[in-house]
Parts: sequence; C-alpha cells; structure tokens
Amino acid sequence: MASLIDIGLGGVFHAAIIFLVAAGLQLVFGVQKIINLACGSFYALGAYFGITAIAFANSMGMSPLLVLPALVLAGFIIGLVGIPIERVLRTVYRRDESFQLLLTFGLLLMFQDVFRFFWGPTPQTLNNAYLAYGTANIFGAQVPTYNLLVILASILIALGLGAILQRTRIGRIVRATAENRDMTEALGVDSKKVFAVVFTVGCMLGTIGGALVVPAGAASLEMAVELVVEAFAVVVIGGLGSMRGAVVGALIVGLIRAVAIIVFPEAEILSIYLVVIAVLILRPAGLFGKAAA
Amino acid sequence: MTQEALTSARMARPSLVLPRAHGYGIILVILAFMAALPLVASTYVLTLMVPFFAFAIALLGLNLLFGYTGLLSFGHAMFLAIGAYTTAAMTSKLGIMSFELILLTTVAVSVLVAIPVGFLCVRYTKIFFGMLTLAFGMLLHSFLFKFYGITGGDQGMRVLRPLLLGMEIEGGKTAYLTGPFYFYALGLLALLSFVMWRIVQSPFGLHLKAIRDNEQKAAYLGVRVARMRLYAFVISGIYGAIGGSILAISVGLADPEMAYWTQSGNLVFMTVLGGSASFAGPVVGALAFIILQDEVMSLTQYWRFVMGAILILLVIFFPRGLTGIADSIAARFRGGQ
Repeated sequence: MASLIDIGLGGVFHAAIIFLVAAGLQLVFGVQKIINLACGSFYALGAYFGITAIAFANSMGMSPLLVLPALVLAGFIIGLVGIPIERVLRTVYRRDESFQLLLTFGLLLMFQDVFRFFWGPTPQTLNNAYLAYGTANIFGAQVPTYNLLVILASILIALGLGAILQRTRIGRIVRATAENRDMTEALGVDSKKVFAVVFTVGCMLGTIGGALVVPAGAASLEMAVELVVEAFAVVVIGGLGSMRGAVVGALIVGLIRAVAIIVFPEAEILSIYLVVIAVLILRPAGLFGKAAA
Repeated sequence: MTQEALTSARMARPSLVLPRAHGYGIILVILAFMAALPLVASTYVLTLMVPFFAFAIALLGLNLLFGYTGLLSFGHAMFLAIGAYTTAAMTSKLGIMSFELILLTTVAVSVLVAIPVGFLCVRYTKIFFGMLTLAFGMLLHSFLFKFYGITGGDQGMRVLRPLLLGMEIEGGKTAYLTGPFYFYALGLLALLSFVMWRIVQSPFGLHLKAIRDNEQKAAYLGVRVARMRLYAFVISGIYGAIGGSILAISVGLADPEMAYWTQSGNLVFMTVLGGSASFAGPVVGALAFIILQDEVMSLTQYWRFVMGAILILLVIFFPRGLTGIADSIAARFRGGQ
C-alpha cells in the first residue's frame, strides 16, 4: 500500500511538471498553430536559471522555506526571453508548418550551447533544497513535502490559467484569436500583441516547470531534448491545443512512467510511445482534441 | 510586419515550388568531382566524404516524401538506424561479411518495417504525419537504447568492415574507407540517384506531385492517394536504410543516437539547406552540411549555436535553400526577374 502511494505520487509529481511544459506547448499551438520544439529548451533554461537564482538568494540569506516561491519567481523572470524569441518567430507565421518546426529546432540547437556556455557540460544540482520542507507521512508512505507542494502549485497554475482563458476579457480575446485570427483582426484585435503575450506565457510555463524540477533532480544538457518528446507525447495523447487534454495526457504519461519503472524498467520510455501511437491511430485528434487531420 | 511583407510571406510557400528538371545535372557534376577527389584531397577530407555519400542517399529518399509528396517525416532517422543495426548484426553477430548480401538484407528489413509503419502513417498528413513518424522513430530509439541484451544499449553494436564484391581488402580502416569503400559508396550514390531521378520523372513521380499539390483533385482524377504515399514511404525507407548502412561502416559502430529525433531533425535541416524544391537539393544540402559542420566544429566548441543560427536565418531568408539561391542568381543572369 505504502509503495503504491509512493509510485502514484511520484508519477503525479512528474505529471505536474510536464503538465506545465505541455500547457505552454498547447497554448502556443492553439493560438499560433506552431509546434514549438524549443519548449524543452525553455524547460532546461528554467532549471539552470532556477539553480543560479537559488544559489544567489541563499548567499543573500534567504530562508530555505522560500525555495518554492523563489523558484516560481525565477521561472517567471527568465520566461521573459519569450518576448524577443517571439519577434524571431513572427517572421514565419504565414509559412508552411514544416519551416516553423525547423525554426524552433534551430532555437533548440542554439539553446543547447547557451547552456553549455553559461553552466558548463556537467549537470548542475541544487543541494539541500529538496528536503527543506521535510517529508510528509501519507498512509505510511514517506513523501517529500516539496513534491506535494509542486503538485499543488501546478494545480493552482492550471486552475488560474483556465480561469483566465474562460472568465476574463483577455482570455476571450485569446480564444477568439485561436479560433479565427483574421476575423478577430477585422474586429479590431491587435493579434500581434496577442501572439506576443501568448508565446511569452507559454514560455513562462516551461521555465517555471523547469525551475520547479531542480530541487528533485539535476539540470543537464540532455533534459531539453528529452523533455520535448515527452511533452509532445502529452499533447498527442491529450489532443493538440486542448488544456484539459494536457492535464489528462500529463497524468497518463507520468503514471505510465512511474509504473513501468517498477514493473518493466526497459519499457519505461517505450510504453509511452506505444500509447502515443495507439492514440494517434485510434483517435488522431487525441482524447480531448477537436478536429482530426 | 507590413501588409506587403505579409502578402509576400503568404506567397512564399516553398514546398509548393515544383522541383526543377535540371537538378540531375548538378548531381552529375558533384559525382564527377567526388570521383576525381581522391587524386588531390587529403585522407581526412576523403573520410569526411563517405558520411556525405550516406546522407546524400538517405536524403534523396527523404525528399521523395518531403519535396515531392509533401509529407514531412520527423522520424526518418529510424531508417538510418535500421540500416546501421542490420549491418552491425550481420557483420559482428552473424559473421556475414559480403556487403552485397548486407545491402540486400538491409533493403529487405527496411521494407518489412516501412510497409506496416507507412501503412499507419500515410493516412495522415502535415503535422500528424510528422508526429506519428516521430513517435515511431523514438519507439525504435528507446528499444535500441534500453534492451541492452539484444542491441548493446548505449554502447551500440560494432560494425566490421565487410567484403566488397567478395574481395578481402588489405590494409587498415582508413585505407579501406578512403580507397575501395569510398568508390563503392560513390557508385551506390550514382546508381541510386539515377534510379531516384527515373522515379520522380515517371508517372508514379507525377502522381506524387499531384497528390502534394492537390490531394482531392488527384483522388478525383483516379490517383490512389494512400497507396502512392505508401510506395513513396517504402522507397524513402529503403534509401534511408542503405544510407544508414554506409554510415555505420564509416563510423564502425551502430548506436541508438542514430535513431534519436534530433538526428531526424538534422536530416530535415540538410534537406532545407540544399533546398527541398530541387532534385539535387538534398545532395547539395548534405555536402554543405558536412563541410559546414566540420568547419564550424574546428573553429568553436559551440558549433550547435552556429548551426542553429544558420538554420534559423535559412528558414527566414532563404527557405528555398542553396539550390534556390543558385536558381535565382541564374535567373537574374538570364535577364529574368
């Protein structure tokens, strides 16, 4: 029982992190119709920057209990790199999607060396932060409280994002732009501004996700390219452009991985792709997607 | 962005530009140049050219899908790995050393994989096709990476030097790669590029172009869309696997990174660098990519940054690639536009 909870919460923690990145991917795809391969780079950027920010904050005498909010803030700040990147992306909005994909692939390559330049090739870790909040006892399983707080933070971000998209004026404009860009432009919406805001928010979701993961794991050069395929699995399973799909997809991917590691470690990654392929074949639009190809 | 820029961006849909008929001439020039290269070039340059032959063959296949059929595969490295691992298994596990036999087996294995995978993939287009091929590529990668007992895991599998035309080759690895194997691979590129040229000129090639330009119209005119796409997928898989086999022999190792999705990304990068709208584009792109990567790597350890920046500039300013630039320069000399 205790180990079952252990596995389950491990999976949900992982799901909480990839949900954030996948939500960024969904938002950008929904509005700009671009699959952003650089979302993995934003994730890694958030992780590296989070480590640097916490190291700096610790040297300034920050209380260890502020690690989590400090990481969210760090992710938020570094997420602002989305603004200049969107300027570059803007040049290809009306192009064939293969070229948009390639442009973000170029960004991914460039970011790999940006990390190598600033943080070196060896993985970076954040010491002592993981257990800053101690552990919690849930039905006999010892779980780091930090994991639970991250899950909570991710749920709050998801709810906040949903509330903004569904309830506010800005959310309505964003959804309208996603639906029909030309029509909203005709109605006087500055879609350029909408795109810039959406992309930056999508980028921030990725960097916050990356920042939140560092107390539990290292920031490494591989994490960007590895996460891209995982986030991609989440959006395919959930359905491209659907936020609810991102939640469900992230939970499926997170739990499959957690279970596979215990049951059949060789198939940890393999099982995710099998699910992806099954979904693409049986329901190409994903579980919550709208239109098929 | 001004309205004018928007309009021109809208018109610049490079994948819709018809591949140019004179493309084969460029390939003949490159082939002749490569045949003469051993007379002047250093061993180092020659060892660099063997991977070029491998990539050029694989890209000719990839572009049958991308440039001619309009399907962007983001998992084509899968076929490179199939070729590489087939070669590795035959030489180091089964002890079958005849390269001709290895090539035939490689073709057979790639067809066996490409038919079911292609059957599932070609029902979709655009981003869904890309994603499905990506997923299959990563499926193979995680199998190669994790199933240590069968595939050697991240250590990969050793590839021994096979016999060419049944002949034992004297000398070391470098002599083999820059001598007989160099010409063998060059010969394969010559043969396969000629075959591909015939394919794209054939009625089958015209079917593919018709599908790319207007799927509904093609279907209305009696083109069996799914079947034609499947044929294109299988042919391009065969080319990829042959390229992978040559690549593995030149490296001496088949490793899971060959199937990783970034490798697929590099393949598409090379194609766009050369120009997907031209028949010779992929070959030019592979050559340019290899020379460029070698140059940049010797200048800085941050070569990925430079390559990424080049890719971005290419996509923004020269989406038709090097052959596209050459075309517009040629057009200007002829007094056109």
